[in-house]
Amino acid sequence: MTTPLLEIRDLSARYGHVEALKPTSLTVAEGELVTILGPNGAGKSTLLRAVTRLTPGPGAILFKGRDVSALPTHKLSELGIILVQEGRGLFGDMSVRENLVLGAYNAGGDTAEIAARMEKVFSLFPRLKERLDQKAALMSGGEQQMLAIGRAMMAGPKLLMLDEPSLGLAPRVAGEILETLGELNRQGLGILLVEQKAPLALRLARRVYVLSLGRIVAELPSHEIKSHHDLARYYLH
Amino acid sequence: MRSSRTMTLPVTTSTSGGLPWRHILLAALGVLVVAFAFSANGYVVTVIGFAAIYALFCTGLNFFMGFTGQASFGQNAFAALGGYGSAILTADYGFEPAIALILTMAFSGVVALVVGYPTLRLRGHYLAMATFALGLITYEISINWTDVTQGYMGYSGIPPLGIGPYYADTPKQQLAVILILLALGVLAAAALKNSRFGRACRAIAGSELAAGALGIPVARYKLVSFVIAALYASAAGSLFAHFVGFISPEVFGTAMVVQSFTMLYLGGIGTIAGPLIGAVVVSLLPELMRGLKDYQTIGYLVILLGILIYAPKGVAGLLDRLLPKREG
Repeated sequence: MTTPLLEIRDLSARYGHVEALKPTSLTVAEGELVTILGPNGAGKSTLLRAVTRLTPGPGAILFKGRDVSALPTHKLSELGIILVQEGRGLFGDMSVRENLVLGAYNAGGDTAEIAARMEKVFSLFPRLKERLDQKAALMSGGEQQMLAIGRAMMAGPKLLMLDEPSLGLAPRVAGEILETLGELNRQGLGILLVEQKAPLALRLARRVYVLSLGRIVAELPSHEIKSHHDLARYYLH
Repeated sequence: MRSSRTMTLPVTTSTSGGLPWRHILLAALGVLVVAFAFSANGYVVTVIGFAAIYALFCTGLNFFMGFTGQASFGQNAFAALGGYGSAILTADYGFEPAIALILTMAFSGVVALVVGYPTLRLRGHYLAMATFALGLITYEISINWTDVTQGYMGYSGIPPLGIGPYYADTPKQQLAVILILLALGVLAAAALKNSRFGRACRAIAGSELAAGALGIPVARYKLVSFVIAALYASAAGSLFAHFVGFISPEVFGTAMVVQSFTMLYLGGIGTIAGPLIGAVVVSLLPELMRGLKDYQTIGYLVILLGILIYAPKGVAGLLDRLLPKREG
């Protein structure tokens, strides 16, 4: 059996007295795109924050078989575990260029390497090249999401985690962005995707976890969700 | 092993640029102020000397508050350390003023590191209160530890700036040294702002969470930024001691915090020019309004309020609005 890219075992997290994520286990294989579904307040964002140690909690996190539970966020980023947060987390007062350069903060590389990475990002999102000196706060929602993903790609991720990248976007733009994620996955990038627009996400994902009230209530291949009437009714309509 | 840690901004298809009108205007104003100082009498030299010292202090404070987005109401503590450190080392132990300035800066940096490590775990109002307490504690120590600080009596007999056979004997020579050190301080701040570290600090100011998610060591960089601000404050305190030749606890009291905040916000927090503009305006404006006699303070406050209302990002922000970068 091959070692998963990411494996979490009994990971939990709490905000004060509230246990937002109960002991949870899941895996993401190398080059796999896994989707996490769940209603608001299910603990999806907390799960991603717990994995990146932005909200630390007990449990084991293994990355390529290595226990990284004790590492702080910036060390996980160095290993290639990159999170695109809900709300994008852009630096609004900075230009597109500055945001992208900050994405490569932990990846190292000289100016030429960073420029080469930028060109790769522009090949994914050509619109960013046209907006290079524009302040991030002045861009449209879709462009901001492109920038957030582009900035994450500047870090050279091995595992890209995204928290509702289509949130607040027009369906066409959301579709474009999710298609780009699908393309990145086809190129071999492991992706853990939290998404509300379930039909789109399920089309891309191989497997899906369903989270409810802070715990995983189902794990199944994404094409099987149609056969689970309760899940299909909730997420596909 | 990473190949390089330098991270300059790659230029691909930049469209910004144009004539740096703001820089030309600010440089011309700076030259005017300096020329005015060197052609005027002793009092004007003293006022502009104080403005330059405050500009140095605010440049450091700006790094912590403007670029890194943190709150500190206690940087006066480090100015006090600088002032009293320089006074004691030079007047009591015969150190060269320049050596004393460097030693007290190093000491202040270590104190900032030790104090900042636990304090900077706090955020927002709690951080502001903790740093304010730091300033108050230092103030109380400077009053009550009379064996060392001479309390309310103050510390006199502090020699002017200099090293070896070279001493700035006249106020104008001292002003020249202060202005050179200020220029170095501002250039260092500008270089830091545009460095990899500076961009990371600005990212922390934008969102600590997002900066952390990008792999920026937020806690460590906040601490380094706090230490940088302390180094500037310490240097400003030392310069004040050598410039005036006398210090007392009130010099580094709460009024210093209020004064520096006024300068920072009026000049334009988060900009390189802001602390300089703020220090000059806040220092010179009351002097220029002496003719109003009893109404001097009222007139001064009306102008300050007017600037803050109509230029909420400070004078530097107003210049940005009036003289934007040319696109093309």
